Amino acid sequence: MSYAHTVGSVTHRFDDLKTLLARATPRRSGDELAGVAARTAKERVAAQMALADLPLGEFRRELLVPYETDEVTRLIVDELDGAALANVAHFTVGEFRDWLLGEQATPAALAELAPGLMPEMAAAVSKIMRVQDLIAVAAKIRVVTRFRTTVGLAGRLSTRLQPNHPTDDPAGIAASILDGLLLESGDAVIGINPASDSVESVVTLLRMIDRVRTTLRIPAQSCVLAHVTTQMEAMRRGAPVDLVFQSIAGTEAANASFGVNLGMLEEAWQAARDLKRGAPGDEGGNNIMYFETGQGSALSANAHHGMDQQTCEARAYGVARHFRPMLVNTVVGFIGPEYLYDGKQIMRAGLEDHFCGKLLGLPMGCDICYTNHAEADQDDMDALLTLLGTAGVNFIMGVPGADDVMLNYQSTSFHDALYVRGLLGLRPAPEFEAWLERHRPELPRAVSLLASGGNAEELFRA
Amino acid sequence: MLELRRFTPARVGLERAGNAIGTRELLAFQLAHARARDAVHGPFDTGALATEIEAAGMQTLAVASAARDRPEYLRRPDLGRRLDGASRRAVGETGGPWDVVFVVADGLSPLAVQTQAAALLRAVAERLDRAEWRIGPVAIASQGRVALGDEIGEAMGAALTVMLVGERPGLSAADSMGVYLTWSPRAGRTDAERNCISNIRAEGLSTGAACELLVFLMRESRRRCLSGVALKAGAVPGIIREP
Repeated sequence: MSYAHTVGSVTHRFDDLKTLLARATPRRSGDELAGVAARTAKERVAAQMALADLPLGEFRRELLVPYETDEVTRLIVDELDGAALANVAHFTVGEFRDWLLGEQATPAALAELAPGLMPEMAAAVSKIMRVQDLIAVAAKIRVVTRFRTTVGLAGRLSTRLQPNHPTDDPAGIAASILDGLLLESGDAVIGINPASDSVESVVTLLRMIDRVRTTLRIPAQSCVLAHVTTQMEAMRRGAPVDLVFQSIAGTEAANASFGVNLGMLEEAWQAARDLKRGAPGDEGGNNIMYFETGQGSALSANAHHGMDQQTCEARAYGVARHFRPMLVNTVVGFIGPEYLYDGKQIMRAGLEDHFCGKLLGLPMGCDICYTNHAEADQDDMDALLTLLGTAGVNFIMGVPGADDVMLNYQSTSFHDALYVRGLLGLRPAPEFEAWLERHRPELPRAVSLLASGGNAEELFRA
Repeated sequence: MLELRRFTPARVGLERAGNAIGTRELLAFQLAHARARDAVHGPFDTGALATEIEAAGMQTLAVASAARDRPEYLRRPDLGRRLDGASRRAVGETGGPWDVVFVVADGLSPLAVQTQAAALLRAVAERLDRAEWRIGPVAIASQGRVALGDEIGEAMGAALTVMLVGERPGLSAADSMGVYLTWSPRAGRTDAERNCISNIRAEGLSTGAACELLVFLMRESRRRCLSGVALKAGAVPGIIREP
């Protein structure tokens, strides 16, 4: 079906729903690279006006990627809870925006709505929202998950401690972990991006973090962000796997470029549940998966099916929510300037992702980051950090000095997290906060042990 | 907590000013970022590079990708992988066929190739038996990405392309050069069909070590008529990774 909107004497036509969505998207380099962006500023607003008049039901009628050929579409459609949408089903996208901002959209109403929303509906409404709208609505939504810590409570801000090292050296990683713990980081997860994807190296790192955690009695969870198949092999070898990580995207073909499919994720989820390491609850704890996403990944795999990158990203959240993840992290500026050109584009994308994820019921965090070829710097990251803090983001990264020496990009530092917690009166997860109060005095001793002994594995066996 | 620093190049044990990072560390970070930014946006003096390479006894040929300037290069990676019209004509007139064609491209760090490419080329040329290896003119490519070497190599009739390119600057190094080797170059080659030697710089992999690895890979590639994952599987030593 085609869509049109007339502004003055000019009628703008849009061939189909995905084209309408793409043209309505605030400007970003990735959509221009894909050739789907609005060609003029006027065309963009005309598309936004046409989109605002579109009934939400249209998204159910016109699927952006065919049901028959894409398992992500099938997952989204098959799991949709029609009853949950009842309150807003009759709205247009524009009326939906107005409702979201109004008093009737209470935290409870928004939580009830989530399972009824298609990711494409969330993407659509975000395209006609300003930054303050994205913040105001997201701030009403709390999504709380639990493993050893409880993440996402009101008044809390958690961090992923990211102690990466260029060669996976255990003592180097231990040094960054201790530095982070001293600066109150790590309550969302202690998560290492390994330089090597080998099973041996991943098992070694998992055992090392587990030793740190049990020795210092830290109520936190760990993760080594290798490919999901590598983590499954590590589980088979008896490694202490807490959270299971995988990068995901919003189309079957894009996921295939990551070497994953839904069946594989299901299998990994089940295997990790069987370990029963999570929060006591049904099936040995359900919040186990840790997903990373980011606008542009589908295009970079040439698997975007003509959709704009933000709509693709929202569909990735359609994948994520099936697995009731502990953490979902949009790694917003990592992909580079061909997708998000500058600080302005990165900032808006981070807020859109956080909003869409929360609206769909996900525990959203954000890797507030950039690369050195993007038109961005620390000031842009400070701005997005402050905005996401006010929007109620569940967690951010904690990287020593904001400089990831393995992945070669800049994220947020331990200090950045202290800044935003201090500014907004936010505290770490309650279990972690209690541990800090009681056990922080032990940390300097651990540092001295590392400094004198050198071998991280030996140290934490003591 | 300064003692943590000897275990990792990460920025651990930083001084604090309230919750923030202390002034000295703050400015050290800003300097590292400034170096990286300058490396991305700095000039690529192709004339000076050509003079250096010719002094090593090789011919050169200046070409440009279809990306007209730095902003377009950053926004449109597809243009950085294609030659502009004039360059396409020029590479078609270089004689050939050649056993190997070297390409030097600015990539994301002109600084990296400006300071290191000629030395590596000289070292490699000295190691190769010129009776066995017919070496084409060295293409010096502005606004080039790795895959640009495929089009150049194909048009010049190269059996093998060796692309020297500036890597994306990090805070710890702004002058790191990468080398990509592609057997039977043609448009549409994937990264899995290449071999990469990374992190070539004064504090990383030295020119001498990179030369040894590259000559080894070139010989193996020619002997087995392939490059990429399959070549790597044949016991290649040292610091080599897939791109």
